[in-house]
Amino acid sequence: MTIITQLSIFVKNEPGAFASISGILKECGINLKAFNIAESSGFGVLRAIADNPKEAYATLKDRNIIVKLTDVIAVPMQDQPGGLYEVGKVFGDAGINIEYAYAYAGVKGPAVFFRVDDPASAISALEKEGFRTLSESDL
Amino acid sequence: MAFWNEEIETMPVEDLKAMQLRLLQDLVKRTYRDSEFYRKRMDEKGVKPEDIRTLDDIRKLPFMKKTDLRDHYPDGLFVRPYDDLVRVHVSSGTTGKPTVVGYTQKDLDNWSESLARGMTSFGMTRKDMLENSHGYGLFTGGLGVHAAGERIGATVLPTGTGNTNRQIDLMCDLPVTVMAGTPSYLFHIADVCDQRGVDIRRDTKVRKAIAGGEPWSESMRKKLEDRTGIKAYNCYGASEFSGPMFLECEEQAGVHIWADLCLIEILDDNDEPVKDGERGAIVVTMLQKEAFPLIRYRIGDISSLEWGVCKCGRTHPRLQRLSGRTDDMLVVRGINVFPSQIEAVIGEMPFLSPFYHLTLDNKNYMDRLVVEAELNEESLTEDMVELTKMANQLDRRLKEILNIKAEVKLVLPGTLERFEGKSKHVTDNRKYE
Repeated sequence: MTIITQLSIFVKNEPGAFASISGILKECGINLKAFNIAESSGFGVLRAIADNPKEAYATLKDRNIIVKLTDVIAVPMQDQPGGLYEVGKVFGDAGINIEYAYAYAGVKGPAVFFRVDDPASAISALEKEGFRTLSESDL
Repeated sequence: MAFWNEEIETMPVEDLKAMQLRLLQDLVKRTYRDSEFYRKRMDEKGVKPEDIRTLDDIRKLPFMKKTDLRDHYPDGLFVRPYDDLVRVHVSSGTTGKPTVVGYTQKDLDNWSESLARGMTSFGMTRKDMLENSHGYGLFTGGLGVHAAGERIGATVLPTGTGNTNRQIDLMCDLPVTVMAGTPSYLFHIADVCDQRGVDIRRDTKVRKAIAGGEPWSESMRKKLEDRTGIKAYNCYGASEFSGPMFLECEEQAGVHIWADLCLIEILDDNDEPVKDGERGAIVVTMLQKEAFPLIRYRIGDISSLEWGVCKCGRTHPRLQRLSGRTDDMLVVRGINVFPSQIEAVIGEMPFLSPFYHLTLDNKNYMDRLVVEAELNEESLTEDMVELTKMANQLDRRLKEILNIKAEVKLVLPGTLERFEGKSKHVTDNRKYE
């Protein structure tokens, strides 16, 4: 199983919150490869792939930041029209529900991080269709 | 000057007070006989019905409070069997328990009599058409105003709450002359009219409004009148009294409290009566109610009462604008809201911590209530679907309990301010000017 550990960093939904959390990431020496931001009515979530997620998680906890670890999968894809469709079709055909996704330009080519309801089935469906998923060392 | 009941409305003050004493004596006598609750209260104070010899003797009687209503939910304070009742209304109470009010036919008649006098006093007649935007159903506003409108022979258009566009269409298409609603809803109608290019002066015949159910200021009234050409008459009441009951006359100098139906005391912090015209806590005795007697009821509102003959010729005292509350009750879009009700709902939600904060504002004169509640550590998730589900669950339950829509915000664990001792849960940013 090539599960990627994502940091879900919770921040208040107010001006300056992003500056504050990115300042803390800088002070802690945490580098992000990819991230996205989502918001609910009362707060925001910075979802991020860090160089060393477990260590980053502990560092942020020590700084009293509310952070959780979330499993996502990373799927490399063709950098051309239709690349996204091929992967999307596999998920659709296998009845995999995508909660969210975000793109990663990548040093070894583009990939997309997916949060799905059932990562194990998603990976096996992808493998059956000849796709592979990336491990943390591939990023 | 037209009167609905000229003899009573213009009765000399001494005669009125004599009538009040007779009615009070009768009320205390029958309530002592019929109400186990009130008999016990009077016995505890060592007072008997025959001790009420003057109006001032009312001060010997025990008070009733909102908590008494709650403790005797649903109908423990009724003194008539359901066979004698013709209607029951239910309104929101203090801690999740609603207030249930029963009416005999005579109670309904006195209620509409009170409003019929008030409507006539600001010039409403059978020639008017009344568009009633108060909520129909369990809430007393809709049916109460409706019955009085019919009683004076006016034509009532029972629009109820909501669907503002249709309400405006009907204002334009039918010969509506009088509106009834909360002040904030009247402002909302004015806003939507502006957006739609409807000029109330030109496109409608509406020139008067009954505005009640929530506090507002003289300057707000001036703004509404200047903007719409509608003269707004204040209304005071509560479901415990029966519903909306008392209206201003055309002088707009305070609501006339019909002294044969209601005796209002204004008391200071030591429960001593204040001088005529001074502010204090309102204590209400409904002199003729049958099904659910209300004696020395602390409604929780603060205002002043002025005796003295009004320019309109009526001798009954006038209650001035409400200027506050003796408790933490909030009035939001005309509905009473207690922070304790919200606290109880938050306690029901397994995913919330006990901490919450309420913020009120009234941009464009429409009240907005924001409820911030804290997720607990275990329930915090980055799953937006899950978060929306939790927010909706809280939202639905609040709507059920409060009867109004609040804006729900789930916030992060540990982010709401913790207070030492008595928590300060409410920030009221509403402005009434």
